[in-house]
Amino acid sequence: MRFLFKTDYRQDLSLARHSGHVFWYGLLLVCLLIAPGWASSYWIAQLGFVLIYAIAGLGLMVLSGYTGLLSIGHAAFLGVGAYAQAWLTSHGVPFVPALLAAGALSALAGVVVGLPALRVKGIYLAIATLAFGLIVEEVLARWDSVTGGNAGLPVAAPQLFGYVLEGPVAFYYLALAVCLLATLAVLNLLRSATGRAFIAIRDSEISAQSMGIHLARYKTLSFALSAALVGIAGALYAHKLRYISPEQFGIAQSIDLLLLVVVGGLGSVHGAFLGAIFLIVMPQTIVLAKDFLPPAIAQASGLQALVYGTVLMAFVLFEPLGLYGRWCKIRTYLELFPFYRQGMFRRQKAFQRSERLK
Amino acid sequence: MEILQLTISGIALGCIYALIALGFVLIYKATETVNFAQGEFMMLGAFAGVVLTMLGLPLLLAVPLTVAGMAGFGMLVERLAIRPILGQPQFTVVMLTIGMGYVMRGLITMVPGIGAGTHTLPVPYQGMVWRTGGLVLSVEQVAVIGVTAALCAVLYLVFRYSRIGVAMQASSQNQLAAYYMGIPVRRLNGLVWGLSASVAAIAGLLLAPITFVHASMGMLGLKAFPAAVVGGFGSLPGAIVGGLVIGVVESLAGFYLPEGFKDVAAYVVVLVMLVIKPNGLFGENLRKKV
Repeated sequence: MRFLFKTDYRQDLSLARHSGHVFWYGLLLVCLLIAPGWASSYWIAQLGFVLIYAIAGLGLMVLSGYTGLLSIGHAAFLGVGAYAQAWLTSHGVPFVPALLAAGALSALAGVVVGLPALRVKGIYLAIATLAFGLIVEEVLARWDSVTGGNAGLPVAAPQLFGYVLEGPVAFYYLALAVCLLATLAVLNLLRSATGRAFIAIRDSEISAQSMGIHLARYKTLSFALSAALVGIAGALYAHKLRYISPEQFGIAQSIDLLLLVVVGGLGSVHGAFLGAIFLIVMPQTIVLAKDFLPPAIAQASGLQALVYGTVLMAFVLFEPLGLYGRWCKIRTYLELFPFYRQGMFRRQKAFQRSERLK
Repeated sequence: MEILQLTISGIALGCIYALIALGFVLIYKATETVNFAQGEFMMLGAFAGVVLTMLGLPLLLAVPLTVAGMAGFGMLVERLAIRPILGQPQFTVVMLTIGMGYVMRGLITMVPGIGAGTHTLPVPYQGMVWRTGGLVLSVEQVAVIGVTAALCAVLYLVFRYSRIGVAMQASSQNQLAAYYMGIPVRRLNGLVWGLSASVAAIAGLLLAPITFVHASMGMLGLKAFPAAVVGGFGSLPGAIVGGLVIGVVESLAGFYLPEGFKDVAAYVVVLVMLVIKPNGLFGENLRKKV
């Protein structure tokens, strides 16, 4: 067990809380940096997807995990970012400004959705975001002159300072760099006053308001930041796939993103990464498992839906803190070794949390 | 005449939305949770009807069996999945029911010989039309409208006069007070889930002759959310009116507006509604007290 003694003010300010953090995250970073040296190019390509989904997951985590606002239409922001990037780069805008513009445009869309969000909450917000997501999908399919309609839109390889980043390895490093920046930004955001305001809103809107937090401003800000991150992920996604079409940004993708944050663990940055790994590994595991299943099940078109649904239900019912929560429990168990108790992470029931007043 | 024709087909479609929305609202009023798998309940009901008629049962026997079976299924779902997480934030139940919908859709596709294809429910009035004046009414649509009206009347009478209906009203107004008065709130919640599943099954059986029965027909449930919100999420008459509004708007938008507007009309209406009047047409305007 580790006891933290703070002997310096800089310890309060640094991101890594103790030397263990520095060592393990440093090791992870080194492994990721040298990954193309030892992993096959297939796995590098998959790792690229994990990084992209992790950025999108961070975006949704800021909104759902830290501000407590539910969104069932987040794939729309992914779509806005992807199409903005595709359109801008095809019109000669360099990669970095295009990426920033895609994020900004997506943030703008986030503000638009955030506006009704100021008046509604809970289930109404979920339905508002759902409606927004479905409208954006339809717009992407119908606005032929910009989006190419249902036929889709080819996207060029990213071009950075005169170099064309062809192939999975170059793209992997690009995604890694963007992902690192996004992670650092989110970590810093969450320990700033803004991030604390988000968490206060999640825990109780009324107490947050009483403490002088401007609900409308912070909710809109949360939507905008979340949408910007997801938009940047969308831009990378477009470059990764090299070909985008509207049905990639539909309700199924939105639910995949929700699955990501729930399985990873709501309210943790680690959760976004664990969830992204889950989301990429799961379909491949299903494909591998098909050989061992009876043909009636293996050939069914709904196999993936069944597995996703079961996993989602299992996590909600048995492990609401997600994969990261499970890891926390294991760590606590090992740290406290003979003294771990069953009820240490038990959920509090909150029967008083009624939305009605009567 | 044209507009009347469109309105009638819109109303028939709206009745289906209204029945699904009614299921949402019943559950929301009783347990303050929203069932995102309501569309899949409807799909299961339609499939149950198809399977029972395939087995050779006459329609008059298959329909009550389906409705009763779905009621039992709804109660089972409540007992196994919803009750353990009652009292958790809404997010939890939303995710749980989304997962449930996925599981049902996935399982249906695995039923050999049935799940993968599309089916029709053979009804005696299939394809029949009535002509009155310049109007062409298909009997299927008239059946939808008639059954919905009758079901609403029955539900109204149940909630107004029967002991159990009054108890349900009491528990939806204030669960704690109802509990103190000796109303078995938990058992009632189970019954409400059963009721809402059987309403969804009726919607599925009514829809089956008009469109095909297939595994992803539950997606129609997404259109019922706007209906419930437009009417006000906590109001039963609101759900019916909201469903009809959405149905008619969609039908008219499909004819008078350019292609593509039909599919998003319902969602545009709901976004406008949420900005102007978040509590819906019939919703109570309540503010949460500290």
